[in-house]
Amino acid sequence: MIGNDKNRAYWKKNLQYLSALLVAWFIVSYGCAILFVNYLDKIKIGGFRLGFWFAQQGSIYVFVVLIFIYVYLMNRLDKQHSAAEKEEAE
Amino acid sequence: MSVQAWTFVMVGLSFTLYIGVAIWSRASSTGEFYIAGRGVPSVVNGMATAADWMSAASFISMAGLISFMGRDGSVYLMGWTGGYVLLALLLAPYLRKFGKYTVPDFVGDRYYSRTARIVAVICAIFVSFTYVAGQMRGVGIVFSRFLNVDITLGVLIGMGIVFFYAVLGGMKGITYTQVAQYCVLIFAYLVPAIFISLLMTGNIIPQLGFGGVLADGSGEFLLDKLNGLSQELGFDAYTDGRKATIDVFFITAALMVGTAGLPHVIVRFYTVPKVSAARSSAGWALLFIAILYTTAPAVAAFARTNLLNTVSDTKYTEVPDWFKNWEATGLIKFDDKNGNGSIQYRGAHSEIENELTIDRDIMVLANPEIAKLPNWVVGLVAAGGLAAALSTAAGLLLVISTSIAHDLLKRELVQGISEKSELIAARIAASVAVCIAGYFGINPPGFVGQVVAFAFGLAAASFFPAIIMGIFWKRMNNIGAISGMIVGITFTAGYIIFFKFIRPDLNAPAHWLFGISPEGIGTLGMVLNFLVSIPISLATPVPPPEVQELVDNIRIPQDEGSSHELSV
Repeated sequence: MIGNDKNRAYWKKNLQYLSALLVAWFIVSYGCAILFVNYLDKIKIGGFRLGFWFAQQGSIYVFVVLIFIYVYLMNRLDKQHSAAEKEEAE
Repeated sequence: MSVQAWTFVMVGLSFTLYIGVAIWSRASSTGEFYIAGRGVPSVVNGMATAADWMSAASFISMAGLISFMGRDGSVYLMGWTGGYVLLALLLAPYLRKFGKYTVPDFVGDRYYSRTARIVAVICAIFVSFTYVAGQMRGVGIVFSRFLNVDITLGVLIGMGIVFFYAVLGGMKGITYTQVAQYCVLIFAYLVPAIFISLLMTGNIIPQLGFGGVLADGSGEFLLDKLNGLSQELGFDAYTDGRKATIDVFFITAALMVGTAGLPHVIVRFYTVPKVSAARSSAGWALLFIAILYTTAPAVAAFARTNLLNTVSDTKYTEVPDWFKNWEATGLIKFDDKNGNGSIQYRGAHSEIENELTIDRDIMVLANPEIAKLPNWVVGLVAAGGLAAALSTAAGLLLVISTSIAHDLLKRELVQGISEKSELIAARIAASVAVCIAGYFGINPPGFVGQVVAFAFGLAAASFFPAIIMGIFWKRMNNIGAISGMIVGITFTAGYIIFFKFIRPDLNAPAHWLFGISPEGIGTLGMVLNFLVSIPISLATPVPPPEVQELVDNIRIPQDEGSSHELSV
């Protein structure tokens, strides 16, 4: 198989992106909106208590942003990967 | 024009649109029937996924549910959106790269086992039927409430429409009809929400009005006012949680993971042309879903405030028209226990007895009337509710027909079946499924509401771990995966059956395992699945080399470069 090392590097990079984004996903939903919700509720922004806002609004916005960050990172990685592979083939 | 005339116009127009789209995009091959010929652009697929995902429950019941649950409503808001992050990051791109048509295809090939494939097929069919019965019922209810049509006739009309575009159009027809249905349903949801937000807070964006100041000149924040009103009447403060933290945690996780494991959602990512498109279309899907899901909690708070303000301690003779209208449908019940002629709506902490029972669905259905919006808006809400129910039903029926025609018939029973006969079989299976779903819609088994927890729990405890390990851990073998699935399913199903059917009297926090309700138990089932499958897999032989190569292959989601094309 051509570019086995390249493939391994690609996969490793992918796993790094994944874990970073999933940590963010966990902190926002299970952290801010569930485990620390009462603590964050002491902070008030406009009419919202912060924990309540995360539980019913903020976490959803963050989810959308996380996916698009991943899309951006992976598209960039795909491009680098196929460029590296072409180089090797030549 | 009257409300009813407008409803006929709106529903009629939207149905004509769906039929037109269905004729234009009907399927002519199995590839088009199962996965729309892999030609669906990612934004379009995202929109179709959003319509597929948002059911009658999201459209009609969710805001009402939240308005009675307060902050705890977040389990649905986060649970039914957060799963898309898992889908986009952990499942969709790899399953798309794998190719083929269905989830049982992947499970069967990755675990080189007919048993695994058959377990997956049965789960897929069970989960989908559970869901679809509820959708058909939703269609019947919308028809009967808005158009005064008999529920049975309503379900039959809905069956006719779904039959037309699901059976003829297959995945291709469904995809483009779902796009139309998304537009109808989101418009129908936002119009009343924006009107009400303007009315109550002067802010045109409901998500901001939600945290804004009331427009009545008091300078008070809407949520503070709502908390005050709730406590005054003996309810808990709206922005406080009532469920135990561990239960909220487990329910949210079960719904998220379950979402990512539901076959009718996963199959949508097989329809896009490229791996990168599978990732971005999950993003678009969640964006389109988020528009409704961030509006719903705002609608919930507006409607709750409105309700407490308008109804509580009002003389029964002075209630607004909508109250009487909905009382006639049985969704509002007033029982003047103390005989003083006024309505005492009270919570559990109040010393005064409660006299009012309100069905939660009313929060969305009656919202336009409560806010005195024009008649055409009411008609629009009816059309939106139907769009939500029909789009989900069609997606589920397709999974059922694919499971039967492709996974059972072609792969198991009649190996050499021709493409033409397979397509006919898929259409027959879809027709039969429509009839069964319709039957359950007309004669709903009493447990439809109860078994929704099942669908998510089973998806979480069976599919999700099997697929994740199949992609991310090469060492996972057939014996490990199958034992994991069986343990996960048995545990989850057993727990739910015990508390929902055998001893419903014990269904209370004091008797739950670690304080986890049956709704959240799928999460524990998933953990058990992992705990069982990993050691068993380590103790049994390594998967064969061709399977390891398959895993290597799906991990490199390269679209170009022929060296990585999977030979199917």
